[in-house]
Amino acid sequence: MTSQRPGATDRSEHDDRAPLSIHDMTVAYDRKPVLWDVDLDIPEGQLVCIVGPNGAGKSTLLKACLGLLPCVSGDVRFWGRPIQRQRVAYVPQRESVDWDFPVSALDVVAMGTYRKLGWLRPVGRRQRTQALEALERVGLTEFASRQISQLSGGQQQRVFLARALVQNADLYLMDEPFASVDASTEEAIMDVLRELRQNGRTVVCIHHDLQTVRESFDWVVMLNMRVVAAGPVDEVFTMENLRRTYGGRLTLLDQAATALGQATRSLQGS
Amino acid sequence: MDSFLRVLLLEDYNTRLVVIGTVCLGIAAGAVGSLLLLRRRALIGDVISHATLPGVGIAFLVMIAMGGTGRWSVGLLLGALAAGLLAAGLVMLIRRTTLLRDDAAMALVMSTTFGLGIVLLSIIQDLPTGNQAGLESIIYGKTASMVRGDAIGIGIAAVIVIIICACLYKEFRLLCFDEHFAGSQGWPTTLLDVVLLLLGAAVTVIGLQAVGLILVLAFLIIPAAAARYWTDQLRLMMFIASGIGAASAWMGVTISAMVPRMPAGAIIVLVAAAFFLLSLLFGRCRGLLVSFRLSLALRVRIHRQHLLRAIWECRETQSPVQLEQLLARRSWSPLQVQRLIARSARRGELQIHSDQTVELTPAGEEAAARVVRNHRLWELFLIRHADIAPSHVDRAADEIEHVLGVELVGELESILAQDETVPSSPHVLGTGGGN
Repeated sequence: MTSQRPGATDRSEHDDRAPLSIHDMTVAYDRKPVLWDVDLDIPEGQLVCIVGPNGAGKSTLLKACLGLLPCVSGDVRFWGRPIQRQRVAYVPQRESVDWDFPVSALDVVAMGTYRKLGWLRPVGRRQRTQALEALERVGLTEFASRQISQLSGGQQQRVFLARALVQNADLYLMDEPFASVDASTEEAIMDVLRELRQNGRTVVCIHHDLQTVRESFDWVVMLNMRVVAAGPVDEVFTMENLRRTYGGRLTLLDQAATALGQATRSLQGS
Repeated sequence: MDSFLRVLLLEDYNTRLVVIGTVCLGIAAGAVGSLLLLRRRALIGDVISHATLPGVGIAFLVMIAMGGTGRWSVGLLLGALAAGLLAAGLVMLIRRTTLLRDDAAMALVMSTTFGLGIVLLSIIQDLPTGNQAGLESIIYGKTASMVRGDAIGIGIAAVIVIIICACLYKEFRLLCFDEHFAGSQGWPTTLLDVVLLLLGAAVTVIGLQAVGLILVLAFLIIPAAAARYWTDQLRLMMFIASGIGAASAWMGVTISAMVPRMPAGAIIVLVAAAFFLLSLLFGRCRGLLVSFRLSLALRVRIHRQHLLRAIWECRETQSPVQLEQLLARRSWSPLQVQRLIARSARRGELQIHSDQTVELTPAGEEAAARVVRNHRLWELFLIRHADIAPSHVDRAADEIEHVLGVELVGELESILAQDETVPSSPHVLGTGGGN
């Protein structure tokens, strides 16, 4: 599916193997719709990014899929079934929590094991070991016992990533994992995402940096209240679709960078 | 003095009851208060407590209408609990359905319910059945006149609250830290919020008898706020808050029992406030004294690094280094330089010659090389790769490799290779740094 069809579609047209399939989803805040008739199948085993201007409803889309926000209408399926929470991990926006909270990095990562632990059972040695392993994967072993406010922004983001890794899910939904992180953290996070893809997991990221879309992701969803375009990056990440997504809000710099990317690509292709 | 000891050591039967009851309350209030504070629901306790007044009034009227005396305290407290929860629910409803913000919604509900309560109290006063039946005592508390049943009731309720807090510790921690993540894992966040609110309401209602409805909020929040200054761990914070709550309760009751006509509730809150003040000043984790000491230490460290760097750079032209040269490099006063030099000399980093010149010792050499290398690499990095948040860079304390990764540092070093003013990595200092 490369573009949004007008009007309602049939549920049966969706792929039941898709890790995430959204059917005609409409979400509204205070009588104001934020997402209109979103219809989308995310393919398995791909690195997918969602791009779009501020206020396009990117975070809302992820939250509504997870049932954190009510949908006015629509239907979300995971592998053709209602949400299976043990197979889905969510990385919220870093700014959404209070980093002054009295917990250590290890405590936060261990929260990823809570679901499997279930009600009332406390975190034990096994959960702590799993959390430590996840911290190691994101390169933060030596920060395990630090209070989270003593971590830099990039380290906090990696703690969130580790918390999702602990869940050992098949589908990862990440809300701006690259927001305000430094170059080396971005590389470290990308490495982890590629490793996930290698193991057949699916990753959906909300992403802001249009210049890295082409090199880092396989699939792109271009969103502005509705799905403007969705498909393999090579096919749909075009100047025309970008203009349709961002309207006049695409900055000159982004345009230049994208144009440059396209020029290099056509050079390489020829 | 004798009476003081008698009271403190719980020799007096009535005091013993009151102390045990309020100490249990203090423990429960500390634990629940910590969670409410971190969930940013501190003021909801105030809403609940103000709403208990009409709750008690209505319960009284209902009991009278059913032919009772209206003085059955369990009934009054159940009325208070129901009204408190109703008010808290109302705040959430207003917040969800209207455009009013949290604070406005709370102020609205709090003042309205309190107004309703006062109207009900004056109606009750005019009833033929007589006086207000001591209803006024819930505004200020009635510690002194607490009877055995009250104390046991408070104790049992507090223990139940503490047990629930301990069992749901993990769930509450997740809810308070990151409710969206909790929701994504399928935890029923609304239900957990309601349970937390219920615990807050329970503490508030049982606290009414001890400290009264106006002061009960302080009992919930002050110990928790004080505890945050001592620890960075939620579990410890709850324990410390409980301890402060218990100690305030004990001391408050003791002091009020010694001084005639002194209301215990007010004394308890003042004692808790004194604990808060102590924590604010001396708290091990983020107290003012610690912060002050840390910022002082930072200044000392920065000046030391500046001095080492200045000597290193002066020495590149001339050695040993004259004091005037150092003065020219930074905006130091002569006295300051003298002090800095003396401090570094005590640390064995440099040697002062009789002709007012200084020279680095081997240890100082190594330290200066490390400082200069880190500073110059960071400067280069910030110029070339300005996409890291500069506030996250502690140029000296963090070894640059830890933050940037070995590869990037290698790249930076190769850029700097032509420039011989950058000392090599400290691991090869023995050969590269000194000369």
